[in-house]
Amino acid sequence: MKKYTKGFLENLYRQIIRIRFCEESLVEPILKGEIKCPCHLYSGEEAIATGVCAALEERDYVFGNHRSHGHYLAKGGSMPELIAEIYGKETGCSKGRGGSMHVIVPDKGLLGAAPLVAGTISLAVGAALAAKIRKEDRVTVSFFGDGAAGEGVLYESLNFASLKKLPIIFACENNLYSTHMPIRECRPGNNIFKSSVPFCIPGYRVDGNDVLKVYELSKKAVELCRKGQGPVFIEFMTYRLRGHVGPDDNIQGTHTDIRPKTEIEKWTKRDPIKRFEKTLLKNRILTKEDLEIIRKETEAEVKNAYVFTMNSPYPEKNELTKYVFKE
Amino acid sequence: MMSSDKSVFLIGQGVKSPWYVGNTARGLLEKFGTERVIDTPVSENAITGVAVGAAIAGMRPVVVHPRMDFMLYAMDPIINEAANWHYMFGGRSNVPVVIWSIINRGGEQAAQHSQALHALFAHIPGLKVVMPSTPYDAKGLMISAIKDDNPVIYIDDRWLYNIEGEVPEEIYEVPIGKAIIRKEGKDITLAATSYMVYEAIQAAEELSKDGIDVEVIDIRSIKPLDKKMLLNSVQKTGRFVVVDGGWKTCGFSAEVSALVSENGFKYLKAPIIRVTLPDTPAPASYRLEKEYYPTHIDIIKGIKKAIGDEEE
Ligand SMILES: Cc1ncc(C[n+]2csc(CCOP(=O)(O)OP(=O)(O)O)c2C)c(N)n1
Ligand SMILES: [Mg+2]
Repeated sequence: MKKYTKGFLENLYRQIIRIRFCEESLVEPILKGEIKCPCHLYSGEEAIATGVCAALEERDYVFGNHRSHGHYLAKGGSMPELIAEIYGKETGCSKGRGGSMHVIVPDKGLLGAAPLVAGTISLAVGAALAAKIRKEDRVTVSFFGDGAAGEGVLYESLNFASLKKLPIIFACENNLYSTHMPIRECRPGNNIFKSSVPFCIPGYRVDGNDVLKVYELSKKAVELCRKGQGPVFIEFMTYRLRGHVGPDDNIQGTHTDIRPKTEIEKWTKRDPIKRFEKTLLKNRILTKEDLEIIRKETEAEVKNAYVFTMNSPYPEKNELTKYVFKE
Repeated sequence: MMSSDKSVFLIGQGVKSPWYVGNTARGLLEKFGTERVIDTPVSENAITGVAVGAAIAGMRPVVVHPRMDFMLYAMDPIINEAANWHYMFGGRSNVPVVIWSIINRGGEQAAQHSQALHALFAHIPGLKVVMPSTPYDAKGLMISAIKDDNPVIYIDDRWLYNIEGEVPEEIYEVPIGKAIIRKEGKDITLAATSYMVYEAIQAAEELSKDGIDVEVIDIRSIKPLDKKMLLNSVQKTGRFVVVDGGWKTCGFSAEVSALVSENGFKYLKAPIIRVTLPDTPAPASYRLEKEYYPTHIDIIKGIKKAIGDEEE
């Protein structure tokens, strides 16, 4: 604990809480039908985006997937523009054209998040290659899920990135499920972190619900990449506390969340936010009152994001074909 | 089909989950077990290749892609391998595979979850492409596709999944390559694909109030196309509008228009009109989606233009 400044830990807490509050704020509007676009909530997995992005600089690149609200916020995306995007407003980060599954913050290094499983992994390798060709000190992080480990492009990307010694971190968020499929039905062994080893890339596995452990390992990986000793592969073990898409797979029409109740309970106890709060309190970094203030401030930030969204216009009908090409 | 032909099996993402594929695979797992109802990891390229390989080895697999967009990972086994296989080996081997995919338009899912790519596949020699619009045809065309000795791309539209209709219990075939007249008419021919058939019928019904008698043809088979039925109808009506849920440029509507003008120019009293998606990716925002997807209102406008009655 001593090695961290109070300011650093406070910022880390602020970030993890921002993501949780932002995600949870979507639940009611989704259930009410106010939000129509499919949202893959990140609740329960916040420590990963928070810890990884805390180890990055603004100039570093990130690519995401369908579950990227957390990556977006942690890489510096504006909350109002995220909520506006999800509501299909012109002021959204993708001008209402993309919705929840297509978020971007080009000026802060989030070069795009898109929902084709594994679709952005090779793109991230390309961004890392660009940085290397231009001799820039930039690390790229590719976020993808355990499901993406089923796609061949991951292995092709690992091979090429290793051949070219690219400064890239392959960040696999293993939440044990790919939609309705538990990992044991997708892979003969629960060992994604070993996938990179045949390609001479070190593979690590870490508790993805412990934000400090995530940060420590990410920092080490970033340093390796900066020294020209990339790529690095990290598997973050985690669990989603919500449904695959939407708040809860069990209340959205059919009863399709096949995850055992006991398993959900077990992981609820490992909630990354509760755990971090405990650590902060135990080590007397922040007091209960401090936490409360941050929570209140974050609530206000979320509220403002909705005010911004509600006051924002929808895209103009006659601008349907705008953005097909860069004019 | 799975009961009567042991070589048929179903493979793809979500076949064991009611969450996927609009519930259409329900009950199959219980009946046929995991050997013949195979849920898969997210590996479209390999899984499609597996189905193609099993077909080469004598099975009749149905491989399902719950969204057509995901199938783009499988372009190599579909186009390079399956489509060319029979030809490039001089007819010594064939690929009786059905590649079933679903267009998932709307719902603010945006560009990567909404694409209607039937024209892309229809472009490829060696592939047949069907798009049923009724429950009866859905079954009949699936059976024909399974029995066909060639690779068949079988395409559903999620918007069709609410439509109910009579479906006989027994095995029956709806022939591939045959369109069907859904409503007879004498003033204008309106050809439509998949879900757009319903918008076309609605347009025809509304226009009948204005005394315009529209003939609605459900294309059903994108490739091979029922040239004869289309030309017979155009010969009768002298006017032609084609409605497609895909994009305009180099799209299916372009192919049908070319076919009609190449072979039926002498029957035409007016230029052919196309009603399609604009050449734009699918937007997320509901406001833009409403503009994006053509409806019976756009079809009515198109028809009025074709009969020279466009009120501008
Ligand atoms: C190529 C492709 N195939 C299938 C899908 C449908 N799909 C969306 S998310 C998902 C599961 C992904 O699981 P994982 O990568 O573990 O991410 P998680 O949802 O668990 O965060 C699937 C199969 C898709 N979006 N893209
Ligand atoms: Mg997962």
